[in-house]
This record gives sequence, C-alpha cells and structure tokens, in this order.
Amino acid sequence: MHDIKKLELMANTIRRDIVDIAYKAQGPSHPGPALSCADIVTALYFDIMKVDPQNPQWEDRDRFILSKGHACPVLYSALAEKGYFPKDWLFTIRRIDSHLQGHPDMRKTPGVDMTSGTLGYGLSVGLGMALYLKHKGNAARVFCVIGDGECQEGPVWEAVMAAPAMRADNLVAILDNNHLQSCGAVEEILPAPNMARLWEDSGWNVITVNGHNMGEILSALDVARNYHGKPTCIIANTIKGKGISYMQHDNAWHQKVPTPAQYEQALRELEEERACL
Amino acid sequence: MPVTYDKISTRDAFGIALVEKARQYEDLIAIGADTTKSMGFKPMMAEFPERVINNGIAEQNMALMGAGIAAAGGKAVIATYAPFASMRISEIVRTMICYPKLDVTIASGLAGLSGNIEGVTHQGIEDIGVVRSIANLCIVVPADAASTVVISRKAIDHKGPVYIRLGRAVSETVFDESYKFELGKANILSDEGRDVAVICNGAAVARVLRAKPLWEDRGIKARIIEMPTVKPIDEEAILAAVSDCGRIVTAEEHNIIGGLGSAVCESVCKAERPCQVTRIGIDDIYTESAPHDQLLDKYNLSAEHIAQVVIGG
Repeated sequence: MHDIKKLELMANTIRRDIVDIAYKAQGPSHPGPALSCADIVTALYFDIMKVDPQNPQWEDRDRFILSKGHACPVLYSALAEKGYFPKDWLFTIRRIDSHLQGHPDMRKTPGVDMTSGTLGYGLSVGLGMALYLKHKGNAARVFCVIGDGECQEGPVWEAVMAAPAMRADNLVAILDNNHLQSCGAVEEILPAPNMARLWEDSGWNVITVNGHNMGEILSALDVARNYHGKPTCIIANTIKGKGISYMQHDNAWHQKVPTPAQYEQALRELEEERACL
Repeated sequence: MPVTYDKISTRDAFGIALVEKARQYEDLIAIGADTTKSMGFKPMMAEFPERVINNGIAEQNMALMGAGIAAAGGKAVIATYAPFASMRISEIVRTMICYPKLDVTIASGLAGLSGNIEGVTHQGIEDIGVVRSIANLCIVVPADAASTVVISRKAIDHKGPVYIRLGRAVSETVFDESYKFELGKANILSDEGRDVAVICNGAAVARVLRAKPLWEDRGIKARIIEMPTVKPIDEEAILAAVSDCGRIVTAEEHNIIGGLGSAVCESVCKAERPCQVTRIGIDDIYTESAPHDQLLDKYNLSAEHIAQVVIGG
C-alpha cells in the first residue's frame, strides 16, 4: 500500500528544500522546473524505486535519470532527504569545490546514476541501461524524467522509436509536461498538440496523469511496473513553479533568486500547505 | 584458420579482436547504427547475437545507449563512420561518455581518406582534431590489420573511453602478429640516423616506409617513429627526437590541422632546444571521390612526396 499522506509531506519538504536552495545558494538555480516535477521525483524515490542510500552503487538498484538536468535541485533534495549525503551540501550547489554541480554529475554526487543536463539525451541513456539490466537478468528498472520543451530535441525521438522496438518494458519515461521552456510557452515556440499520440503510435504504453496528484502518479507507476512488452510513458501534466503562488505559471522563475520577502512568503505558503496535509 | 592480414581491412581486424573480447567480457555489448555489417561486427554477431544491437540509422541513440550500458556497469562498443563518430555525436562523446569517464570504445570507420569513392561526406579527415580536445578520451590510430587486432584488444580492455580509427579497404601490410602495443607509447620502427625523425601513424606508416629508401638514396638517415596513440601522446619519444635529431617530419592521413602533427608540435614546444617540424597531411581542404591509394598519392602521402619533404626539398 502506498502511504500517500507521507509522500505528500515529503513532496512539501522537497519543495521547501528547492526554495531554500534557490534563496541560499550563490547565484540562480532553477526553482520553477524543479518544483514542477517535485511530486514525481518524490513518488519515485520515496515509494517506487528500489534503492539503498548506504550503497549508491548497488547493482540491483533501480536507476533514475533526470534528463532535464537543470531541475537538479529536486534530485539533490530527494537524495539528501533519502540520506545519500548531508543536507547542508544542498546550499553548496554551483559553488567552487561543491559535490553538487550546476547539472547532475554521476562522479561527484552520491546517488546520481547518470550525468545529465544537455537536453535530449537521457532517454537513450535510460534505454541503454534498461537493455543492459535485461541482459544481466536483473529485475531493476529505469526511470527517466524528461521535459516537454526537451521533446523538441531530435535524439528524444530516436529513443522513442528504439525503445518499443527493443521491448524495453523495464524503462519508464515520465514527461514533466509543464508547458513552459526557457524562452516562453512550449505551445507558442514549438507546439506538439498530439504528444501522447506521438508516443503511442511509436509503440509506447502511454498514461496521462495530473503530475501533482500523488495517487494518480503512483497508480500510473504501478501500471508501468506490471505492463509487459512495451516501455511506458507517463505524461504528467504539471505546473512550472508548482506550490509557490508567485512562481506558478511565471516563467521568470525558470532560473531566478527570490528576494528575502519572496523567500519568506514561499516558506509561509509551504507551511500552510503542510498544515493542510 | 590463420588470418592473412594482408587480405583484410582494419575494420575486419577490429572485428577479430571484438569477438575475442566478447568471449572474455560477458558484459560487453556492441551497438551499430546500421553499421553492424560494415564495421566488423560479423564474427561477434555469429557467436553472440544477443549482445550485438543494430539500433538503426541513429548515431546519437547508439552513442547514448553505449553510455547507458556503461553507466549501468557494462562495457560498450559503438561503431560508425568517422564523420559521424567524431562530429555527429561529438557532444555526446564529450558530455555523456568522456565527462563521466564511461567504459565505451568508439570504433570509427572509413577514417582518413579510406571513405574513398564515397567522397567527402564519408571521409573522416578532421576526426582526430575534433576529438583530441575532449578530456578523458584515448585516441588510437592503427597502421594496418595486424596491428589493429593488437591495438583493438588493448582499446577494449581499457576501462574508459577510447576512440579507435579504422579504415575501409584491405590495408597495406606493415606489421605481423608479433606487433607490440602499449597505450601511450610510441614504436621506433627504425633508428638509422639522426638527420631527422619521421613521426607517423595510420595509413601513412606504410607510405613512410616506402619513402625510406628514397631519402636514404640521398644520404639522409632517419629515425622512424610510429605513434599509434595520439592521446595520451608519447611526449618522451617526441622530446627524445627533438634532442637527438633536431628536426621532425610528421605524416598522417588527416587534415594538417589538429591531428598527429599538431599534437607533436604541442610537445615539441616544451623542448629546451629549437626543432623544425614539417607536417605532412591534407592541406585543410576537402578532397574528392577516388580509390584510396590514388587519394593518398594526390593528397600529399605519396612515398615520393614524403621523401622530398624528409630530404628537405
């Protein structure tokens, strides 16, 4: 059984970490795109994925790739909350000599399964991992979070074509469909009105969910676990900046540092949300 | 059946080493981008079909899957033609393979002018220059089929990214099975004098050896150094050539910019004494469709041209 309340509280904690990182780290991080996938990453690390923080290189672990690597505050927070490294590392992000790079680095940060951040590449890497695990007879699975703007990158579609052909049913793509990219609205820059169809017609098992509804996220991930013969793509409809009123839908928060007043307001809003959970 | 090395290409020689290593490493998986038949995978496909993936005409997916296999704990070999192996996927090689130092061997076929009659689109004359500035990447350039088998074994053994340059047609024989190779080490092929040191690799080695009697007829005595590893380059051998000979000629099947000649100059500039370096290669131009030998002759790698440069004419 899933403990949805516990997971919602953890998602709230991770949002708090993301806001803390945005405020306390020197220089801007990417709070907006991290907040949009906070519920997804929480569901994965605190319920679905088989991992061991004491043994980050455990060969039977499930793998996670944050292909939209700029959203790494969400991953760093999940790893810290999970116990891979001390929480005070979070505020060293992007500083000299830090374990936490501007985009995920598998050699510097315990728990990061793959270096990422150059958009369009994570899904193919995930496919390679998934096929290797199958070759080893290993039941571990691979989860890859990609962005909707990221789907404008050509290599995404090489992987979308290849994964069903290779019957990589141990691969799950989760599309963080937050509708915004660096320069504006995805729908205005390069719309993909039939995103689900594009994946479905390529041979994926496609499930569309509200990416901020923990129950929906978990049930889609449960379906993916039990779906054989095809990889699963979960299209998670999300809100960029989710959880902080002034960040929601405002693309200025793609990469920005809150003022002290904004920071206080964000903490207040998260406390209020927590009290309701 | 014994292999007759003067009857096979370096890509087929690579395939001999690949299947051997597939026997040794059960975690080795080879991926081609519709190149499984043309990049020497056939012996491995026959023996280990479940470990050879043809992922279609999608070099980026191939390279990234290779990264994924290695990141999950395996050993990956990816193979395509030089323009694609060095340029189409170069950012992937840099950021997703070399930055995390993943165990991926990149086999680069049709390299140099060996793409021959296909023309410029399939010739790879810039590849070394493009990939040489990528940190963590080893770059090896075998001279013929026999040495390719030896070098490929070591390249696949190496736990980290390696770029191996392969040719298309039957290669001119220089070495035999007794060829010795150590990553990062030069081979002195002859050391008959100190007038000049000739540093070469790949298809240029056979051409240099053909040029040798021509310069010797003019009384020149040279040290001939094969430099099969371009990175990490054998700086010690280069600095010894500077101090012993004071003059170096480099010869390679590559654009004159960025390849072996450039790498040699980067070491020479660390020397304590001055040294003249003359680089032989393709003069920063695009070539054309033609048989490989004719291209080598026309684009500066004829024995006569090499001899002329060595003589100083």
